[in-house]
Amino acid sequence: MSELVVNPGVLPVGPQEKKSASWWGVLCLVATEASLFAYLLFSYYYYDVQLTRAWRPSAPPPLHLAAPNTVLLLLSSVVVWWGERALKKGKPGRCLIALVVGFLMGVGFVLIQLKEWASKHDSLQKDLYGSIYFTTTGFHMAHVIAGLIALLFVIVWLGLGYFDEKRSAAVSNAAIYWHFVDAVWLTVFFTFYVTPYLW
Amino acid sequence: MTTVEVERAPRIAIADEELKRKLDETWRTKPGLLGLLGTVDHKTIGLRYIVTAFIFLAVGGIEALIMRLQLARPGQNLVTPEQYNELYSTHGMTMIFLYALPILSGFSNYLWPLIFGSRDMAFPRLNALSYWIYLASGIFMYAGVAMGAAPNDGWFNYVPYASLPYNPGLNEDFYSLGMIFYGISTTVGAANFVVTFLKTRAPGMTVSRVPIFTWGTLTASVANLLVVPAVSLDFFMLWLDRQHGTHFFDVGQGGQPLLWQHLFWIFAHPWVYVIVLPAMGMVSEGLPVFCRRPLVGYTPVAVSTVATMILGFGVWVHHMFATGLPNLAMSFFSAASIIIVIPSAVAVFAWLATIWSGKPVITTAFLFFASMIVLFVIGGVSGFMTASVPADWQLTDTYFVVAHIHYVLIGINVFPVAGAIYMWFPKFTGRMLDERLGRWNFWTMFLGFNLGFLPMHLSGLLGMPRRVYTYPAHLGWDWINMVISIGSFVFAIGVLLLFINIFLSLKRGKLAGNNPWDAYSLEWSVSSPPPPYNFAVIPTVASRYPLWEGRLGEGERLTSVEQGPALDHEKEALLTSSLDSDPTLILKMPEDSVAPFLLTVAMTAAFAGALAHLNWLALLGGAGCLVALVVWLWPQKRLGQRVAA
Amino acid sequence: MKVRDCLLLAALPPITLLAATAASAGTPMSYLRAYGTKAYPVLALMWWLIAVSVAVVLIIGVLVLWGVLAKRKASVFGPLGAEDISRAPHASRWIGWGVAISTVPLVVTVVWTAAVLAAVNEPSRPAPFTIEITGHQWWWQVRYLSRDADRTITTANEIHIPTGRPVRVLLKSGDVIHSFWIPALTGKTDTIPGRTNVSWLEADQAGIYRGQCTEYCGRQHAHMAVFVVADRPGDFTNWWNAQIAPAAQPTAPDAMSGRDLFVVKCGSCHTVRGTDALGTVAPDLTHLMSRRTIAAGAAPNSAAGLSGWIANPQGIKPGTTMPTLYLSGSELQQVRAYLETLK
Repeated sequence: MSELVVNPGVLPVGPQEKKSASWWGVLCLVATEASLFAYLLFSYYYYDVQLTRAWRPSAPPPLHLAAPNTVLLLLSSVVVWWGERALKKGKPGRCLIALVVGFLMGVGFVLIQLKEWASKHDSLQKDLYGSIYFTTTGFHMAHVIAGLIALLFVIVWLGLGYFDEKRSAAVSNAAIYWHFVDAVWLTVFFTFYVTPYLW
Repeated sequence: MTTVEVERAPRIAIADEELKRKLDETWRTKPGLLGLLGTVDHKTIGLRYIVTAFIFLAVGGIEALIMRLQLARPGQNLVTPEQYNELYSTHGMTMIFLYALPILSGFSNYLWPLIFGSRDMAFPRLNALSYWIYLASGIFMYAGVAMGAAPNDGWFNYVPYASLPYNPGLNEDFYSLGMIFYGISTTVGAANFVVTFLKTRAPGMTVSRVPIFTWGTLTASVANLLVVPAVSLDFFMLWLDRQHGTHFFDVGQGGQPLLWQHLFWIFAHPWVYVIVLPAMGMVSEGLPVFCRRPLVGYTPVAVSTVATMILGFGVWVHHMFATGLPNLAMSFFSAASIIIVIPSAVAVFAWLATIWSGKPVITTAFLFFASMIVLFVIGGVSGFMTASVPADWQLTDTYFVVAHIHYVLIGINVFPVAGAIYMWFPKFTGRMLDERLGRWNFWTMFLGFNLGFLPMHLSGLLGMPRRVYTYPAHLGWDWINMVISIGSFVFAIGVLLLFINIFLSLKRGKLAGNNPWDAYSLEWSVSSPPPPYNFAVIPTVASRYPLWEGRLGEGERLTSVEQGPALDHEKEALLTSSLDSDPTLILKMPEDSVAPFLLTVAMTAAFAGALAHLNWLALLGGAGCLVALVVWLWPQKRLGQRVAA
Repeated sequence: MKVRDCLLLAALPPITLLAATAASAGTPMSYLRAYGTKAYPVLALMWWLIAVSVAVVLIIGVLVLWGVLAKRKASVFGPLGAEDISRAPHASRWIGWGVAISTVPLVVTVVWTAAVLAAVNEPSRPAPFTIEITGHQWWWQVRYLSRDADRTITTANEIHIPTGRPVRVLLKSGDVIHSFWIPALTGKTDTIPGRTNVSWLEADQAGIYRGQCTEYCGRQHAHMAVFVVADRPGDFTNWWNAQIAPAAQPTAPDAMSGRDLFVVKCGSCHTVRGTDALGTVAPDLTHLMSRRTIAAGAAPNSAAGLSGWIANPQGIKPGTTMPTLYLSGSELQQVRAYLETLK
């Protein structure tokens, strides 16, 4: 019997596109963070099922800020996705513009969300609903800020000319995290803003 | 301006001295303080994990012995009630969190890259981070103990006793923040194991050829990613309730004490599997070596490992049978908890078949592994009994459950770990542990353990509740407790013999050579201890039993460890595809870095600031984390993370 | 070691268990004996589980020992030589057979569990009355509910029930989680703040059944015993009627001074009906002397026990909510004399 020796031929060197360990690492991060939100929402529904008395505000939350803000956040995801695609087509300049626009849309989300918080007559300490509402949206806010910092990092690096169509792993990683932050907002939005209208 | 290489066909080389010299120079951790704080060598990190976990084991053991002195006879006052409650809570925290998982992570850290035929974990710096945070969070929690603020509500810490009105000290704040901190270590470690398993196996090591040991750690790591957030959130909500006026568990405001229990057990039941599945993997790995047979039923055992965890997500309510839940829910969780026995049975019969079809060579490691089967079954059947709801209403919260958890944690964790020390110590150090002392070690531990813990089933059946600092005479518990206390001291002497053996053999043990047990997996093909780069050339794996395949006479080609891709342009490793292990990329590996250490220091400051309501310290810590992350993540040309601009 | 010796060694655990059952006459907290329709089906299931478990441990234990002893090649105290390695054909049959055989008792257990669960869920006959039991740190408040408000009574730590009749039990908590458990009569049910759990009790033999809190609840979790006294129905009715009466007025001068002291020093926590002592945070002492123990079983209800407890509660039950009262010797004597009139 002879020995088997692999000869892989030409291989990419260093992280390239999604062929990097870090891409898988970010997926693990997303999995664990998604679980965190699942437990937050589980807690909300648990209270809702267990408590026989009214514990939520009597009127369902107004949507005039939250609904457009949701659309803004989702659109920012589209912009970031478009930018990532541009980089892979070898257009780092266009990618940079897209990431900056996406970043600004994210900042816009944060500002509107702060206004939304200020408009609440509730607080973290006032009652149980305030505790779970502000903790959940607060966790989401923290994730948006983390996502913005990640976007800021890659914007700076892109501006310094670090990336091209092959070296785009960092951009892909930041983008997938940003998409996660946006997707998870949908579940938060649905739970806190939509379900009160449904039951 | 250097150019950054985009692609290359790796040079296929023979593992000669020149290559080894070059790799050694590239991979060896630099001496001095920077090397000490900055090393990313998985072997060093693995050993640090093991040593640290053993220190916590010793501390937790001393706590247990004090409790056993207090309980040896009825109505004693050796410790005050509060001291006892802190002792048993700290003992649980130490053993379950600071010993049981980290010891397994230590072995996996050390062994995985060697088993996989690779040069390091997928994320070496993350690996260092996970160790540093483990150490820092352990020190954080023990700082509370030292300041008289040890946890005092048991390891599962039920509210509202843990809430501020009933528990005004800092005890629960140390524990809550410490557990959140510790959870970060577990999570980053788990992510590292998952990616390492999926992406760094040597070419040819398809998923059906990975050594069985790694399935346990992989499964545990996936579970950790999914369940650790539950307990972190739980403790975070408790801390907010205590320090920031929220109402999650505040009954007067509609807060739900049972939500604590749900979130806790959603985490903690899978956690039990997290701290036993990798250890079961050690047994599945060790028994075949000493029985001179491949494991019988590799595929069923691997599948049952994963199945245990999947079922394990759905049984948490069996810790809550006495809380007054609806009967339908209890019937479901009861049935699930009984059925989960089946995958465990698969493992037991696979081990039995391996012994019966093999020719066991008795060594100390073998004795630990083989005896574990019996202890596993004892811990298993007592778990099976508590899965039956009406029986559990009697068994729960008595010493029967204390017996159960110790047969699980000691029987299925400590015994395999002791066996694993005997088996892999030669690989770690190049020297054998003393086998004659080892026999004394084994028999003292085995007899002491059963003398100490088997009677606990009995005191449980006779109605002794757990978590009592004392008990009245004449309830039929007196002599049993005396026997338990004696047994626990004998067991402690056994563990001490293990430490003594390690200490003595470090200098004086027989030289081991590469493969003292004539074992089959790749770690035994390299020198003991292994060189910093593990493998001079990337091996190509041809079967599940690389070093036995010639004698097994299966397959057509042989595994190659002497010839293969050299990957000697600075620190490099090979990234391979998840299922088939086909090479996909040359991974540039990071140099030693103090960023993980600094990040940990900054995080510690942030947690200390949160604990002490020092906002400036918390913010400073947060800012420090950000700086450390910038340094860490800044794209480096050397790592191929940026173009040459 | 011969195989026979191994078998003998393996037989030790069940022998120990048998010894346990034999010994359980002196073990009031054992749940290997049952006294009532709620406990019998659970005990039968328990013995099935114990039998299966012991059998499994014995079989596997013997298979491991036997396998090692019968198949072992050598005992080695150093490195292994390169010995022959081969695969054993058909060995994986072990797994198939092992799992198939194991599944049988598992399925039986699932079915049996569901059956017992249904059987003990509700008493077969309606319960004539309801007791509300509230767990406190670290004692049990017991209220007998009656449609007739005059017949509603409050006592502590000792629950009287009539034999042969199911009694409905409501379980509440006044502070943290506790768990109510009378091993010979009923399994545990937690008392959880904000919730009311429903359970029931029945004893078919007169006697005293000891129980204890089994959910860790703080410093004195160890001293939170509860006693169920099953009386014959006639005795039970007499007991209830006696409990309804307000406290007897003391006549001896010592006891009269003691009453006045009690109202001042103890009345903000304890109630004695018929006096100005109306506190509700501690046990109702109206008929204290009808109970066998004090401080939830931490001390006997004797002259010495009472004196010791009043003089130094923190010594007997460190951390208890009962404060040290700093009474003089004669005051202590008077309070005790008064308490002894509370028949």
